[in-house]
Amino acid sequence: MQKLGMGQAVNQALREEMHRDPNVFIAGEGVGVSIHLNPMFPTHGLLEEFGPGRVKDTPVSEAAIAGLAVGAAEAGLRPVVEIMFNPFFTLASDMIVNHAAKLRYLSGGKSTFPLVVRMKSGAGFGAGCQHSHNLEAWAAHCPGLKVVMPATAADAKGLLKSAIRDDNPVIFIEHMGLYFAPMPVPENDYLTPIGQAEVKRPGTDVTVVTWSGMLGVAMAAAEKLAQEGVSVEIVDLRTLVPLDKETILTSVAKTGRLVVLHEATRTGGFGGEIAAVVMEEGFNLLKAPLRRVTGPDIPVPASPPLERFYIPDDEQLITAIKEIL
Amino acid sequence: MKISAEKQKEMLWTMLLSRHFEDELTELCKIEGKIPGMMILSTGQEAVGSGACAALEPEDVIITNHRSHNHLLAKGADPNTLMAEIYCKRTGCNKGKSGTLHLAVPEVNAPCTSTVVGAGPPIAVGRAFAQQYKGEQRVTVCFFGDGAAAEGSVHEAMNLAALWRLPVIFICENNVYAGAQRYEEHAPNPSMADRASAYAMPGEAVDGNDALAVYQAVREARERALAGEGPSLIECRTYRCRGHGEADPQHYQPKEEIRAWKEKCPIPRLRDDLLAQGLITAADVQAMDDRAEALVKEAVRFAEDSPYPSPEEALEDVFA
Ligand SMILES: Cc1ncc(C[n+]2csc(CCOP(=O)(O)OP(=O)(O)O)c2C)c(N)n1
Repeated sequence: MQKLGMGQAVNQALREEMHRDPNVFIAGEGVGVSIHLNPMFPTHGLLEEFGPGRVKDTPVSEAAIAGLAVGAAEAGLRPVVEIMFNPFFTLASDMIVNHAAKLRYLSGGKSTFPLVVRMKSGAGFGAGCQHSHNLEAWAAHCPGLKVVMPATAADAKGLLKSAIRDDNPVIFIEHMGLYFAPMPVPENDYLTPIGQAEVKRPGTDVTVVTWSGMLGVAMAAAEKLAQEGVSVEIVDLRTLVPLDKETILTSVAKTGRLVVLHEATRTGGFGGEIAAVVMEEGFNLLKAPLRRVTGPDIPVPASPPLERFYIPDDEQLITAIKEIL
Repeated sequence: MKISAEKQKEMLWTMLLSRHFEDELTELCKIEGKIPGMMILSTGQEAVGSGACAALEPEDVIITNHRSHNHLLAKGADPNTLMAEIYCKRTGCNKGKSGTLHLAVPEVNAPCTSTVVGAGPPIAVGRAFAQQYKGEQRVTVCFFGDGAAAEGSVHEAMNLAALWRLPVIFICENNVYAGAQRYEEHAPNPSMADRASAYAMPGEAVDGNDALAVYQAVREARERALAGEGPSLIECRTYRCRGHGEADPQHYQPKEEIRAWKEKCPIPRLRDDLLAQGLITAADVQAMDDRAEALVKEAVRFAEDSPYPSPEEALEDVFA
């Protein structure tokens, strides 16, 4: 099987979908000619292949990019637009939150908005808090948006293809830390369903629910704990909205214990939503209180020791697991 | 307007200091793992920050963007704490929270470097409003790029500033590129200065590689602002000699174009002008250059010798 970084997997999905459906176009700052002359980046080579009619380099105008997607989607095109970094979602948010997410409802179901907004997220690059801020909980809090956060390159390809074919606005967040690590990706055309979590590692003693860049941390912790005889089951959500409650509850029923792990800050984070779901619908399954392991409630600092302190690591996860074993 | 010898020398000095500072950063970026994050330099654009800041008083305010080193040094920021912050050390002006990208130096009235493109102008409006509100005879200068001018926030800021006659000077640093996009690929009007007419404020395009021209335009805009006449827009036409970041191979910038602009470098231009006016001697220039080099070496030593913050310091400074 081919091995690709997540950026390359996204690239493959975009290329295949653009070949399949002439209504698919992409737009964003530097999606055509980019400062990154780097094949690991998601839109590399697409301008050469599809031309400037379908690969639209835009001015630095997030509101206009998002508005372009909304207007074009209503007319039946399938825009896949890029907002360079997750924090700049704030500049696009009127178009996304007040329009993309609401116009179908407002029209009484008459209009549809098949658009995808791709964004990079994740700490670990020393860029500081105006470039590193995971805002998935903001998007998830907004009815009318689907929110997808793949943790593997294979899922990124399958999920992005599903997102492009979905008739709803989809927020698709890629962790930059996954761009550069080659992972196996099937070569064929396949769809990974939006709204289905996956058990990435089976186990019996404790469930860890996680997504995006934290899957690797969960895997590392599980590996270490296996040596101590602790069996960790890892559920990768892949999609936050719609939430696959069934896979979470099935796993908790099996293990009786839950730790939620995410990189985003704690207060108001999506981990709280999962905790609430399990308390409401699976309280009797729990043998111990659940735990959250998250980023602390601070903006992401630039200095390496501070940034490392920010990002949850496998030792923190192991501690949390041991507390409830 | 006659520009004093002192002011002209000050401009040459801050340009030299910035150039040494940034050339050193170019070298440091080649050493793996030395400087975290992106490194975005203003090499070739020094006449803008140096010319503009020379036209200001210490109590005037600047709001800057991701290409800030020259602006901050010209405003009087301490090279040592600036360099230490770029190194992400504890002694840095922001204790390692910022790194190179969002350097905040309130002690020299440079309270905000935003890397969110287009975010500076609305903040400058707020700062200028406070100056007007308190009855201070002060102005706020906002530096932003030609790319930033596409953001709605920039239009909104200009509209409000003009409406309320706020003492703000919008300086659009038109360095031909926004990321990998050439000016004409992201802006339909070849003149950024033209935009001012939409807000009924004065707009002027100046040679951004001519520090004296920048100084003059800013000085006049400052006088208008202090006379209660409100904001101005100054477009400084210059060129981005290095890439968007030090990792940018500049594959989209024609080599010929870079070479041609390097020949228009603002530093020898002002130097030769000062020499021709008889305001300085070649020995003075050499002394300035040596001093700038020594200060930068000292700043690097200071940064290298400084400790990183300890991890838990990440938790500090969130709330007042
Ligand atoms: C709101 C926002 N969108 C995108 C970016 C990414 N970005 C950083 S600098 C830049 C180009 C800015 O161009 P310009 O304003 O002309 O400034 P220059 O870099 O040329 O000095 C872009 C798109 C950002 N930092 N903020």
